[in-house]
Amino acid sequence: MGELWTILQQIAPYAIVFTIPLLITALGALFSERSGVVNIGLEGLMVVGAFMGAFIVFRLQETMDNKAAAIWIGLLAAFAAGVVFSLLHAFASINLSANQVISGTAINMLAGALTIFLSRNMTGSGNIRIQQGFLPFDIPLLSDIPLLGPLLFTKTYWTTWLILLIVAISTFTLYKTPFGLRLRSCGEHPHAAEAAGINVRGMRYIGVMISGGFSALGGAIIIMTFSGEFSGTVSGLGFLALAALIFGQWRPLGILAATLFFGFASTVANVSQAIPSLAVIPPFVLKVFPYVVTLIALVLFSKTSRAPKAAGEPFDSAKR
Amino acid sequence: MRNTIVSLLAVVFGLLAGAILMAVTGHNPIEGYTYLMQGGLKNTERLGNTLATATPLIFTGLSVAFAFRTGLFNIGAAGQMLIGGLCATAIGLTFDWPRTVLLAAMVLAGFIGGAVWAFLPGLLKAKYNVHEVVSTIMLNWIAFWTVNYAVPAYFKAESLETESRILPEAATLRVPGLTEMFDGSYINLGIFLGLIAVIVMAFLIDRTTLGYELKAVGFNRHAAEYGGIAVNRSIVVSMLISGGLAGLGGMVQYTGNAANIQIGILPSQGFDGIAVALLGANSPVGVLLAAIFFGLLYSGRGFMNAMTEVPPEIADSIIAIIIYFAATSILIERLVRRFKGRLPLNRSGTAPQQGKGE
Repeated sequence: MGELWTILQQIAPYAIVFTIPLLITALGALFSERSGVVNIGLEGLMVVGAFMGAFIVFRLQETMDNKAAAIWIGLLAAFAAGVVFSLLHAFASINLSANQVISGTAINMLAGALTIFLSRNMTGSGNIRIQQGFLPFDIPLLSDIPLLGPLLFTKTYWTTWLILLIVAISTFTLYKTPFGLRLRSCGEHPHAAEAAGINVRGMRYIGVMISGGFSALGGAIIIMTFSGEFSGTVSGLGFLALAALIFGQWRPLGILAATLFFGFASTVANVSQAIPSLAVIPPFVLKVFPYVVTLIALVLFSKTSRAPKAAGEPFDSAKR
Repeated sequence: MRNTIVSLLAVVFGLLAGAILMAVTGHNPIEGYTYLMQGGLKNTERLGNTLATATPLIFTGLSVAFAFRTGLFNIGAAGQMLIGGLCATAIGLTFDWPRTVLLAAMVLAGFIGGAVWAFLPGLLKAKYNVHEVVSTIMLNWIAFWTVNYAVPAYFKAESLETESRILPEAATLRVPGLTEMFDGSYINLGIFLGLIAVIVMAFLIDRTTLGYELKAVGFNRHAAEYGGIAVNRSIVVSMLISGGLAGLGGMVQYTGNAANIQIGILPSQGFDGIAVALLGANSPVGVLLAAIFFGLLYSGRGFMNAMTEVPPEIADSIIAIIIYFAATSILIERLVRRFKGRLPLNRSGTAPQQGKGE
């Protein structure tokens, strides 16, 4: 038991850092799907954020002395780029009644190709390495708390706390404000929402744009915490975020739990060889564990699925 | 007819967007496209390479298109390719049979490998209504790690950790006659397998009861059920065939275009299959043409990159833009309608016009 605790303490900081991009991306997708638009383009939107973040930081850090300020500007730029890029998906799914899964797939392909194309044009290389990312730090006092201190408050990043704050605000907005109620109603009964005077298309635009911005933020955070280099892909994390949304049953706390699960499972798989008591498990088993569990969870939840009823359906106000 | 116009216009818009992209990044679009086309068509070797590049795309395109016809979105062609390719490679590296038998066994293994990998999503969809998009994505990664550990463990190359041993010549789809005919191109028997697959799928979809049932489920699941079609069985069968086709795509990729299987990568052809199917409007002949077109873009981009400063990813960007326009076909249809609307005869409403177009 004591040994397990030590392992947990060792990997917790890394697992949390890995969880955060997944969390913010899945949370963004929650807004989109709750408003009635399925967004399978999360992967691509993360790539857009990773590219924009890396490029801006790369350029700014060449000239600016304040490296940290450059990173924050990069995060903002990434967020903006994600919002703009997601308009492509919003326009296709909301105005043109396109198949939302196909439109999302187009977003993924477009992001992957376009960002490397631009990267090669602007920096001469398909990879962009930033000089310096966020540095991990121990929170004074809190990190001295027994048990919890080493788990939650050591080797932590500013972005972790920023994203957790955004999760809290989002939860409040979705469930405790008129705006949240309106947004959710568009994903359940858009025609009833429209009859109540809600601008369904407008709400869905907002949902998709939040998703775009949050995904891009997730992509940029990958670069600025644990990766440090843009390479044209986020290795399937966007799809994992989508799975976390379903796994979490379209609720913020569910998403938090699901992404933490993925974060810990992936970290365990990545470091298993270095920890004797984990090295006895075949690495293959650890690597596929999150995906297998997701499949099982999908089956278990299938009967009680809480997917927004109208998610994925184009809204036609003439059709009652 | 309507589909053809939409696809052709999507291609035109995609190429135009590509030209704009080249222009704003400071390149000469005419020069870029000239070298792109030359790179894919200039001589018989390049022509052969274009067809070879198109071969796996034909299979993954057919795979996605077949599932689409039953109303299923198979986004897992990449994983099915990997497993199909792994099974075919395993047979090719293990057995020392006469060439015809060996190749036939490898084709069979490729098909079965892919089919098995698609069976589970089909079953989960039919029995538990689990969305196939998520389950196939999960299986993509399980396939990725399976190959990642199976290849080094059982088929490791002498020097490299990251790929399998090279297949003996008898266990590849390359034949000297074809290679010589195309001046040393890596074109291989896969292209003929692809053509056969196109014909078989066209026959299956349009001329058999099974094809009729699968299409009926795709059009309206509930109506099909009411009409006495076993919907759940159709879903599983459709995924089996779709996965099998993708598995064959892996077989032609790893034992035809390449001579071994690499680890650490999900084959991009799996995702391009979605693009191929969409541009080909899910019809077998459309898929064939779309695959060859994308094959041309992919095989020409290297030459273009060598002759100009245009990054090779322009090809991928063009394909992605084409898909966006194909996905938003309503936009194109509106344009067409507006254009037609100038003719007084076609002013009479829109719904009947759609029926006529089919």
